Order: sequence, then structure tokens, then C-alpha cells
Amino acid sequence: MTLTAETPRPSATAAAGRARRGRLLPRVAPYLQAAPLTVTLLLFLLVPILTIVAVSFWDYDSVRIYPDFVLTNYVELLTSPVTWKTYLNTLKYAVLTWAITLGIGFTVAYFLAFHVRSTTWQMVLFLVCTIPFWTSNIIRMISWIPFLGRNGLLNSGLISAGIIDRPLEFLLFSDFSVVLAFVHLYALFMVVPIFNSMMRIDRALIEAARDGGASAAQTLWNVILPLTKPGIAIGSIFVVTLVMGDFITVRLMSGGQSASIGLMIANEISLLQYPAAAANAVVLLAVVLIMVVAMLRVVDIRKEL
Amino acid sequence: MNTSRRGLSFHLLAGFFVLFVLFLYGPTATILVLSFQGPEGGLTFPMNGVSLHWFRNLFEQQAVGDFGGSFRRSIALGLMVMVLTVLFSVLAGFAFRRRFRGSGALFYLAVASLIVPSILVSLGIGLFFNILGLEPSWYGSALGAHLTWTLPFGLLIVFAIFNRFNPAYEEAARDLGASPWQTVRHVVLPILLPSLIGVGLFGFTLSYDEFARTLMTAGSFNTLPLEIYGMTTNVTTPVLYALGSLTTVFSFTVIGLFFLGLILLRRNRLRRNRFPVAGT
Repeated sequence: MTLTAETPRPSATAAAGRARRGRLLPRVAPYLQAAPLTVTLLLFLLVPILTIVAVSFWDYDSVRIYPDFVLTNYVELLTSPVTWKTYLNTLKYAVLTWAITLGIGFTVAYFLAFHVRSTTWQMVLFLVCTIPFWTSNIIRMISWIPFLGRNGLLNSGLISAGIIDRPLEFLLFSDFSVVLAFVHLYALFMVVPIFNSMMRIDRALIEAARDGGASAAQTLWNVILPLTKPGIAIGSIFVVTLVMGDFITVRLMSGGQSASIGLMIANEISLLQYPAAAANAVVLLAVVLIMVVAMLRVVDIRKEL
Repeated sequence: MNTSRRGLSFHLLAGFFVLFVLFLYGPTATILVLSFQGPEGGLTFPMNGVSLHWFRNLFEQQAVGDFGGSFRRSIALGLMVMVLTVLFSVLAGFAFRRRFRGSGALFYLAVASLIVPSILVSLGIGLFFNILGLEPSWYGSALGAHLTWTLPFGLLIVFAIFNRFNPAYEEAARDLGASPWQTVRHVVLPILLPSLIGVGLFGFTLSYDEFARTLMTAGSFNTLPLEIYGMTTNVTTPVLYALGSLTTVFSFTVIGLFFLGLILLRRNRLRRNRFPVAGT
């Protein structure tokens, strides 16, 4: 439908009124409309982060915190071998979870986007994947306990099948169970953006690749994969940042045996060592931002929006 | 891909998909079954009889915590987050349709809100309130903390909606003499409505589950995730599973009601046939 400026107006006065208001309101309107979002994010995101940065330089003892400017919090944090070990451990979780969710996410999305032919089925199967996401994360974590525990389903199954004769101890409260829970919680964050990217791919391109003599693997590698990159990047950012900042999964699923940066911060908070927690938080934020910026350099995410 | 025969790769991928779905549902189904454990039963199989014992226990044993109160607070908080998320992100969506100073900065602030780890938001708001001498509360500081998580999602969904929105409807309304407000009220909002219900649903479920952002911001009264977390560290009976099953059923009921509303809305609209659904 095309519209021209000559379209008859209902009345001259209404048009004049609109023109008068047209001078001020449209100019102010975007600011008014964006104000609630802006105020909320400033008040509950930007100001709190600036507070963390400020407090990270404060002094503290076992009783309270004192406004000051000291670097001891950072010095203590960065010179402690525990910090470095914890960072390495958290990175290990992030990399493992990322690699596994990427593999699962790409395969599931590829199946849904290119092998399921009717749109209805695509939507139904997609919904089937998203439904577990509606349950509380903590509930989803504890639901692994009867599964992986010493007397859990998996161990008793393996024993009765004669594969093992003693329960496998590494299944629960280990790095294995932590990564498993992460994959369980966050696989969807990979499936959704990759599926979204794949659905936008013009099917004619795949047609053309095949007509040009490309095998299925070549089409996958040279056509589908490059066009899916923005989705992969978005999913990766979600998974990596969620794992880097996590503390509940690590605490619950490792049974308190493993550490992560988030857990370290949560422990410092519970010991009321706020400046130490703040310094740790600033370093964590810096690390996460560096990782995100690195991922954004690989793809231009703005094209996705 | 568009070939009529389904080769080996289809079957392999379908098998993978089935395994994935089993992986997603299996554990949750396990605790659903185990919450009907008999009074003598423990946290794992075998089932020691079948009973509603642990569900009764959940409502009796108030020593464990304030389950009812935390449940009510979580719902109230979720509803507030839902309304504010829809309102704020739609308003901001309208703003972003035009150029305004600071729009780039605001967009990056919203994206940053998704990337900043939850525990940092919690810590920051907690410290901020602490320094100002304000008392954190679930309806104040926790509400703000939840909004930093739900608003960016809401905004991105609204962007996607407006991208698909055909401006010709608005132009048509304007040319028929509708004021800007009338255009929004009678044309834009009705077309957007189903998607807005989605934004609201998203906001509610994100808030209803949120743990890390509530940790330091909820004040003296717990929300449900905090309560459940407390239980995981000191409760070793299937009452934990009963609570898990109950909250899961509740989530599904809420989402079912939303979808029902959506279907009724669409049916109603088709019957009246006032607005073409194709525009949505």
C-alpha cells in the first residue's frame, strides 16, 4: 500500500492542531517513552556496578566496611594462588559447557530447521524443547540427584546390567555432574538462537549449492555454518556469561567440592567481606566483558536484530 | 533437505533429537515420580510405597520455612515484573522506532544488562542500598534487580515484533483521521497484543525462577527460589521433591492459562474479523 501526501484530510482544523502538536511532542516523545527503561537500568544496573567499583577500593575489618582508597583488595585477590586456580576451574566449566552445548545446539537446530519439513511439526518439536525451561533451575538441578547418586537410577541400572560391580562415585558431586547440570540448564540458550539463524537462511541458497554439485557436508560447512554464525555467537555469549557468573549450580552439583568465581564472591558476601567480594566482582566483570568482546569481533551481531 | 526420501542422516538426527528430549525431561520426570514416595521412602529409588505424605508434610511442616508466604511473594513479584516489563519495553520499543539522542548508549546498556553476571547485580544493589541506609525489600530492590534481567529480553522481543510490523496499517489509520493516540490504541496495540502476552509470560517466568538476583536484594522475606535453595541445603527428605513437583505444576498451569488466553483472543478476533491477523 502506498500513500501520498495529497490524501484528503478530514478537516483543516484537525490538521492544523496536529501540525502544532507535531512541533514539540514528536521531538520529546522518544525521550519520554525511553525514560522508564533508562531510569530502571541506571538505578538498578549502572549505579550498582559503580557502587561495586567504588567499594572494591574500600577498607574493611571483621565488623564493618570503611570508605577509603586502598588497593589491598586487588593485591590480595590477584596474588592469591586460590584465585588463579578458581579462575582456571571456572574457565574449564565454561569451555566444556560451551563446547557441549554448541554441539547439541547445532545438531538439534539443524534437525529442526532442515530435516523437519512441516512448519507445524517444527513448532511443536521446538516447543517440546522449551517446556523444561519453564521449571525452576534449582528444581532441575536437584532432579539429577536421584539419577546420579550412589544408589541412583544410573548406578543401579549399570550394576543390574552387570557392567559395573561397584557404584560409580564420580557421577554425583563432581566436575562431571557440574558440567552435566550446566548443559541441562543452558542447552536451550544455544538451540534457540541457532535455530533462529537457520530459519532465516534462504532455502534457495541450499538449493543452489546442491545444484552446483556440493555434497551435504560441503553445503553444511560452506553455506549453512557461515550463515549460522550470528546465532552461534549469541548462544555462546549467553552460555559463557551464565556459566562464568554461576554459583548455585557449582555449589549444589559439586557438593561443595569445587569452586567457581561466582561461588567465591557469594562466600565473601556471606562472610560480609564486601570490599573483597567487590574487587572479585570487578575482575570477573572485566573477564566476562573481554570474552564477549572477543566473540563479537568474530561476527557482527547487530545484523541479527 | 527437500528430497522426498529420508536418508540415514535424517534417522541419525532424529535419534539424537529424541535422546536430547529424554535428557531434558528424564530427571524432572524422576522427581515427579519420587515426590509420591511412601512415608518411609528416601531421596532415591526404589519407591517405598505410594503416598501423598510428602505433599501433606510440605503444608504442615512450617518449621522448614515459610513456604506459603514465599510462594505468595514470588507470585506477586512475578506479576509486578510482568506488568512493568511489558509497559517499559513497549514504550521503549516505540522510542527506538525514531532516532533520539542516547539511543545507542541505551541499547548497549540494555545488552550489558544481559551480560553482567546476576551475582554482581545482586551485590551491587545490596551494597548501594546498604550505603544509602535503605532497607532492601522483595517489592523494591528485588523488583529492580529482576527488571534488569527481564527488560532487555522484553526489549529484544519488542524489537523483533516491530521489525515485522507493517507500518502501512498506521499510515492508513492516520490518513483516515486517527490521532496518534487513536492509532496506537485501536491499530498498533491490538496487532501487537499476542506478542505482548508473550513478553509478559517471559517476564513472569524469569522472575518467578530468579535466584541470584534476589539473593542480596530480597530483604528479610524470602521468595520461593530462595526458600527452595535453603531447603536443598538442610532438607534430606522427599518433601523437597514434593515442593519441586508443586512449583513445576504451578508454572505449567500459568503458562497453560496464558496460551488459553492467547487462543481465545485469536478466536474472538477471527470471529469479529475486525483486524487481519496477517499483520502480526
